[in-house]
Amino acid sequence: MLTADQSARPPIGGRGRGRFADVAFRWLVTAAGAAVLLILALMIGTTTVEAWPVFVKEGLGFLTSTDWRPGPSRTEITGSYGGAAFLWGTAVSSLIAIIIAVPLAIGIALFLTQLAPGWLRRPASYAVDLLAMIPSVVIGLWALLFFVPVVIYPVMELLAGTIGQVIPLFAGPPTVRSLFAAGIVLALMIMPIITALLREIFDTVPADERYAAFAVGATRWEVMRHVILPRSRPGIIGASMLGLGRALGETIAVLMVVGGSPSIVIELFRPAQTIAGQIASGFAEASPEGISGLIALGVALFGLTILINVAARAIVWRLGETRGDAAL
Amino acid sequence: MSVQAGAPTTLRHKSANAAARRRIDQAMRVVLAACLLVAVIPLALIVLVTLQQGLSTLSLEFLTTTQPLSYRAFGGGFLHGLVGTALMVGIAVLISVPMGIAASVFLVEYRANRLARPVRFFTDVMTGVPSIFVGLFVYAALVREAGIGFGTLVGGVALSILMLPIVVRSAEEILKLVPADLRSASTALGARRWQTTLFVVLPAAAPGLLTGVMLAVARGAGETAPLILTAFGTSYLVTDLFGRAQTALPLLIFEQARQPFEAAQGRAWAGALELVALVLLLTIAARLIATRGGYQR
Repeated sequence: MLTADQSARPPIGGRGRGRFADVAFRWLVTAAGAAVLLILALMIGTTTVEAWPVFVKEGLGFLTSTDWRPGPSRTEITGSYGGAAFLWGTAVSSLIAIIIAVPLAIGIALFLTQLAPGWLRRPASYAVDLLAMIPSVVIGLWALLFFVPVVIYPVMELLAGTIGQVIPLFAGPPTVRSLFAAGIVLALMIMPIITALLREIFDTVPADERYAAFAVGATRWEVMRHVILPRSRPGIIGASMLGLGRALGETIAVLMVVGGSPSIVIELFRPAQTIAGQIASGFAEASPEGISGLIALGVALFGLTILINVAARAIVWRLGETRGDAAL
Repeated sequence: MSVQAGAPTTLRHKSANAAARRRIDQAMRVVLAACLLVAVIPLALIVLVTLQQGLSTLSLEFLTTTQPLSYRAFGGGFLHGLVGTALMVGIAVLISVPMGIAASVFLVEYRANRLARPVRFFTDVMTGVPSIFVGLFVYAALVREAGIGFGTLVGGVALSILMLPIVVRSAEEILKLVPADLRSASTALGARRWQTTLFVVLPAAAPGLLTGVMLAVARGAGETAPLILTAFGTSYLVTDLFGRAQTALPLLIFEQARQPFEAAQGRAWAGALELVALVLLLTIAARLIATRGGYQR
């Protein structure tokens, strides 16, 4: 610690060697900050270079064709790389997740910020946060061996037997490992993240506006419905998009329950495959050019998540700037 | 809202639809509470099922031996995974913590710098990068281009990239909470900026910084996907930093869970229990430290 009687210290603005220390320190921490940008740039650069031959050969077919047959070559691209089936699996499972998780997260965040009694608020928020801390592979194991076969499969059978007769989306016969199961598991995984963001967003609604609504006789629900929700709409959109970004990139838990068969199916109760799942499961046996194909899939996935993330961050950030820093 | 102009405005008057509004209000309260229940039930189920399934296999043997040669054989354990996780997370901490805290010092103490805004924004963006993509990048850069080969070091680097933004953002929040008076007092005593930062600001923020680091470690220890592409996995105990493939607890859980044999699935459950216990202990300890000392969020 510093004490006042360190008489050996040179005076402020002195010409001792110490005057360079501040400059060096500033450079050091600036370099650390810039390193973040550098890593991100390197990530984009390296992977794009590796994947470039695949993009060149396939062109737009990379996104529209379902023909995925990697070749055995070490040096050139001989197979065909159509990633549409994986893109489909990722999009549909994430969409199911968002449709389920967002309303649920809004409900939980409203309950925790507006209704919950004081004694419940902290432990309940903590429990929801804890769900986000459980490693993805553990959720995958639990879903694969317990949750999907025991809880979700009967629901799928029920749906297939009733509305599945009319709507092809829910047509049977269901398989345990399916797009639907993957969507539910994803919903479970992104719900705590969205809830945490929404809690902070709902908390930033000015108390004046809530009290004003109460003063004209609004019930608790009416305050939520007509004051808090409209006020928070950009925040809800931002938080949902951040959740969507997570869902798109989630790998291991989804891989364990999605079934691993790349095909574009309308039926949600059939197996499919996601981009991230294909990268993880195809990697160990892939040929050198096959790995380039997987890296190309990774670049596509990265582009998608970055797009969604930047847009979401921009929305959430603007909120943070107009309403103090609490919105993040 | 159903308060219309022209409606009677005395407080005593009950408007005609008051009963209906009241019923809707009560119903919605129940619905919202049910939402919370829907979230908490899976958490309880995960913890309970993992405990119940894991405890039947978890033993001293499980913690101190490596897996048997056959997936079908009972017994054995995940010692190699625990060692691999410890080594790789250790490397990741050595890289991401000094770098992350330095970057957060930049963001807080030098916030006037033109770079500060983009760095902060892209740190946030980086938290959203899919972990599998980070694995692909580290594979492409270190294994394919640099030719280092799968192993502990490469896996550690992948984890460090995933942990870096978490460390930066949590450290930034904490450093912002250190009162400006403390910095002024230090400056008034003749300390230079680097001295103020290293000997006054960082020690004052230490408990909060530790909390952030522990949360990052908890995150890193649970990662599976990037390690498939960088550590690759092995069934042996490996302590080499490079040259040999390495494994980790999450990797072993993933591998054994996919086997159709009861023995392998039992090991997966026990490994899951071990991993969850590790992660939750870190998380809870981090919270305790955060609420006890220093400046907190």
